[in-house]
Amino acid sequence: MVTTSPTRRRAWVWPAWLQLSWSWRITWLYLIVILFLPLGALALKAAAVGPAQFWALATTPEALSTYKVSFGLSFVAAVLNGVFGLVIAWALVRCRFPGRRLLHALIDLPFALPTAVAGLALASLYSTNGWLGAPLKALFGIEVSFTWLGVAIAMVFISLPFVVRSVEPVLEALEIDQEEAAWCLGASPRQTLIKVVLPQLMPAILSGVAQGYSRAVGEYGSVVMISSNVPFKDLITPTLIIQKLEEYDFASATVIGMVMLVFSLVSLVVINGIQVWGRHWEANPTTNS
Amino acid sequence: MKRQLRSFKQSLGGVKASALVPLIAFIYVGLIIILPALQVVAGALAKGLQPFLDNFQSEELRSAVLLTLRCTLIAVPANTIFGLAAATAIARRQFPGKALMLSVIDLPFSISPVVVGLMLVLLYSPTNGLFGDVVNSLGWKIIFSWPGMALATIMVTFPFMAREVIPLLEEEGWDQEEAARTLGASNWQVFWKVTLPSVRWAVLYGLILTTARALGEFGAVSVVSGNIAGQTQTLPLFVEDAYKQYQTELAYGAALVLGGVAIVSLLLKLLVEQFLGGIKENEPFN
Repeated sequence: MVTTSPTRRRAWVWPAWLQLSWSWRITWLYLIVILFLPLGALALKAAAVGPAQFWALATTPEALSTYKVSFGLSFVAAVLNGVFGLVIAWALVRCRFPGRRLLHALIDLPFALPTAVAGLALASLYSTNGWLGAPLKALFGIEVSFTWLGVAIAMVFISLPFVVRSVEPVLEALEIDQEEAAWCLGASPRQTLIKVVLPQLMPAILSGVAQGYSRAVGEYGSVVMISSNVPFKDLITPTLIIQKLEEYDFASATVIGMVMLVFSLVSLVVINGIQVWGRHWEANPTTNS
Repeated sequence: MKRQLRSFKQSLGGVKASALVPLIAFIYVGLIIILPALQVVAGALAKGLQPFLDNFQSEELRSAVLLTLRCTLIAVPANTIFGLAAATAIARRQFPGKALMLSVIDLPFSISPVVVGLMLVLLYSPTNGLFGDVVNSLGWKIIFSWPGMALATIMVTFPFMAREVIPLLEEEGWDQEEAARTLGASNWQVFWKVTLPSVRWAVLYGLILTTARALGEFGAVSVVSGNIAGQTQTLPLFVEDAYKQYQTELAYGAALVLGGVAIVSLLLKLLVEQFLGGIKENEPFN
């Protein structure tokens, strides 16, 4: 215990449980100010709304329609990237072709490019007078920018690197012996792919898809530029939060924000689960077959 | 026989893949990444270099550049200090809850930037914030002003440094620090002369990622900024605003600047990756 004598002020002594090194003090202070206080503010404000009101605000028709757009289109984008991400990772690891290093560098671009720039680029490329939007409109009558299709494309862009980056190292570490063994035993390439290669890549693919999905659901910058932001059409949940804030409807914004936060936490747990399962699988692959 | 085996290994699902797989990869990446990037370049330089350069006469664009730099110059050093502190505190100790702590540090990556901005509004807004009264009585202006935008930038970028430095420190182990301490070095000396040099490439890597993200952050900053042209508009917000106002050339010009910075940071990142890879490969011989 710290006691201060009335006659002589003693130097301040931290209580035993607070005697932390400077690195710990900085870490905790920073985490509390930058992360825990804002998180707490959202949680407290959401709790103050009350359960009945919370449910009512979280499930207004407008909110439900944005969940459908956000969670539905993100799923489409994530699955699409699951398939093509695998193809790209395969090309990068197993094939030698001119431009391989360029392709490798390009995959990181969606991480590096500011989302507003990505949104501007996609919106103008797929707008009715863009390089791709014009022929699409002329030939098929399809409009991409400012419709849900554009939103999906922005989500594909933003979540593309995840599957490639999570499959690449696993594919590199894959023992070629197993495929050779399958070949020696007379398996066709298709059988080898489905029965030998894909099962081993599955945890990495799923983890990449889940990460991409989570990212696409939360994405705002690129989507807001390519979407027409019309409720019940192509409005995504993050944009709805911003619209509610602009209308000074803090309760709705808080509640919908809380729904998204809970989704983020759940997807974090799921992604960790997939990765733990993947490591377990690597350690003893026979137990699952 | 050998060639047969090799072609077998390259094939995907029975399709002769040696040319097809890269082709599909390039078409997909072309539609999603390459063509959009080229469209920005073409849009910005459509009328030649001079109109592009004239964009920078715009007072609003200049103030956006300055505000972006200000937020970045606050966020990057702050996050570097935190990242190094957290790494030295966490990396080489085993304690209950370590995995949880690492996930907590990674948390801002999984939260939507808009929700990050919302949290800051709910904390510091003078009318609706938890600390609204405190902020008011101190006479501060956080929301709709640059301190809030700097905070938002810090919040979305703070995991980068820690998550780059922690794994490297874990691999390095304690030996060198212990040797330095035995020789009488103080904690501070150990940190500056032993710990920091041993992770310098990871720190550089973290710096590149943090800076790139800080310069380009949109969602979180957008929520707290109020988006007042010439006052609380960063460069990414300027791009959106100009595009919405049909000032397409200005939007393309600003986007090209941001895109150029992104490409440079990408190249730097690849360069540093080579050094990091080199360190990792040489490790057994150290």
